[in-house]
Amino acid sequence: MTWAMFVQHTLNGLTLGSLYALIAIGYTMVYGILRLINFAHSEIFMLGAYFVFWGITLFYLPWALAIVGAVIVTASVGILVDRVAYRPLRDAPRISALISAIGVSFFLQNVTIVVFGALPRQVHRPAWLEDPILMGDVRVLPLTLFVPALSLLLMLGLVWIVYKTKPGLGMRAISKDIETSYIMGVPVNRIISLTFGIGSALAAASGIMWALRYPQLQPVMGSIPGFKAFIAAVFGGIGSIPGAVIGGVMLGVIEIMAVAFFPDLAGYRDAFAFVLLIVILLLKPTGLMGEKLEDKV
Amino acid sequence: MHAKTKTMLNLMAVAVLGLFLWWADDNLDGYQIQILNLIAVNIILALSLNLIYGFTGLFSLGHAGFMAVGAYVCSVLILSPEQKEMLFILEPAFDWVREAQAPFFVAVVAGGLAAALFAVLVGIPLLRLGDDYLGMATLGFAEIIRVLAINAPRVTNGALGFKGIPDYANLYWNFGWCVLTLYVIIRLVASNSGNVFKAIRDDETAAKAMGVDVFRQKLLSFTIGSFFAGVGGALLASLLATIDPKMFTFVLTFNVLMIVVTGGLGSITGSILAGIVITILLEWLRIVENPLTFGDWELQGIPGMRMVVFSLALICIILFRREGFMGKREFNWDWVTRRFRNKAGRHAG
Repeated sequence: MTWAMFVQHTLNGLTLGSLYALIAIGYTMVYGILRLINFAHSEIFMLGAYFVFWGITLFYLPWALAIVGAVIVTASVGILVDRVAYRPLRDAPRISALISAIGVSFFLQNVTIVVFGALPRQVHRPAWLEDPILMGDVRVLPLTLFVPALSLLLMLGLVWIVYKTKPGLGMRAISKDIETSYIMGVPVNRIISLTFGIGSALAAASGIMWALRYPQLQPVMGSIPGFKAFIAAVFGGIGSIPGAVIGGVMLGVIEIMAVAFFPDLAGYRDAFAFVLLIVILLLKPTGLMGEKLEDKV
Repeated sequence: MHAKTKTMLNLMAVAVLGLFLWWADDNLDGYQIQILNLIAVNIILALSLNLIYGFTGLFSLGHAGFMAVGAYVCSVLILSPEQKEMLFILEPAFDWVREAQAPFFVAVVAGGLAAALFAVLVGIPLLRLGDDYLGMATLGFAEIIRVLAINAPRVTNGALGFKGIPDYANLYWNFGWCVLTLYVIIRLVASNSGNVFKAIRDDETAAKAMGVDVFRQKLLSFTIGSFFAGVGGALLASLLATIDPKMFTFVLTFNVLMIVVTGGLGSITGSILAGIVITILLEWLRIVENPLTFGDWELQGIPGMRMVVFSLALICIILFRREGFMGKREFNWDWVTRRFRNKAGRHAG
């Protein structure tokens, strides 16, 4: 493998990885607070992408406006899902909320099929994204540089919210102990809504960039990236935001590299992440950065 | 009521079912018979998942994977060598795949045993995980099985799958297996093992403290449940005559999970009732997805509508009636006779 190829694969891995990381953050934030695997998160990712292209083709919105609008609408859907399907189950056994989440996931996916049809749709990228940039021998699409950069920006914004603002303090408090936070006057439900909103907005951003990078829309497009992002979150240590970012980026790079170095394994690409999941769950269920959760009697 | 009378009544119920099937075989059309067959298979699948999740509390999302194992093993065994020669166009089949042959009953049992073997292999590492982690890991297992099926063209014919699988799975086979599954699971749940399963479900830590070998019992329940999932998959393969890796996605597990949750977690009666109702609804709602013509009017079919309805139904059940149709209650002959007696008493009075 030449040096140029290696750089190119690394950049592709970083792009894929940062898209995973953005989704993984949503999983990890919700899990940290509610101990719930938000199964519907992969559909939120898909909806983000659909809303943008809906806005552009149906309402002739300019790109910037369509993207901002889609992110806001998707975040609202995320909050709505929590209000309708998860909040009534806060006191129920944990698996009830998970089953509800599976139901919501199928619901959103099939509503999309009903509204937009099941067939894949082509995405027309703006022209300035099509010309590859040449850096020596390395040819990269502008998106390959743009995606990790924007993702980094979004993540820095998130870190600022979580560690420097009052709602962020609330989130951290709830993830330690939801009941005590409630007693101490943290507006628990509002903070949870905010968490779903932020997670969904990041997933929407990831979905939009995904649709630009791999220019196709499909109602089931969220499933595989969603699963992989969840695996990335577990890999990094579920509940930990830095863990989700590291896990996502590593998964993306490993996946691209594995296929680049062992082309024979390309067919197993989708199974690879699941094998990784099972191995991590068995060897170190808390992941790279996670805290240990003990069973209380 | 005496246990003997109950046994008699149970045998009579099976006899009535037999008579019904005999009648149905001659008098119902092919589509209706197909629905009856699907009901039997879905009940088998629901009972097996109910044993694993409803009675033992193991949140497994790997059902589609075990079904796939059963379906592939059974299909390979009942397809004739000539058929397999024709089918494997991507790459020729291994000799042992091409030559493997077995009668239908043996093939179904082999499908179940293969699924059970996978359950042991997967269960030993995975059953140490709790709740939702177990769900995700078993879901991962099912996906891995699917990817393996796509990438092993010399055994599974890759993405193309099998066509023209002999349709041995008639009403008698399907309902025969259904009754057998029912019998085994009822006896198992009523046995000491069944009590241990429920103890693990209700409080694993307490069960462990009482000296239960939790891991062993979990593995037992998981393996038996997966055996029947494999049997269900095998019957389904022969029933549908076509299988390919795309069939065994998470949607399949979702359907089974929906039947179990709707019927009531930990209720065998519930799984049977929900199996019947949901199978019929699933078929009936197909109408919504296909285009309809009334004279000159043409109504466009709405693809995806079926799953919209079912996912909404699942959410509503979980939100408003978490115990499903039956909760943990079961059908009981005493309950029937009491009703009967009350009515008779009222008439006499």
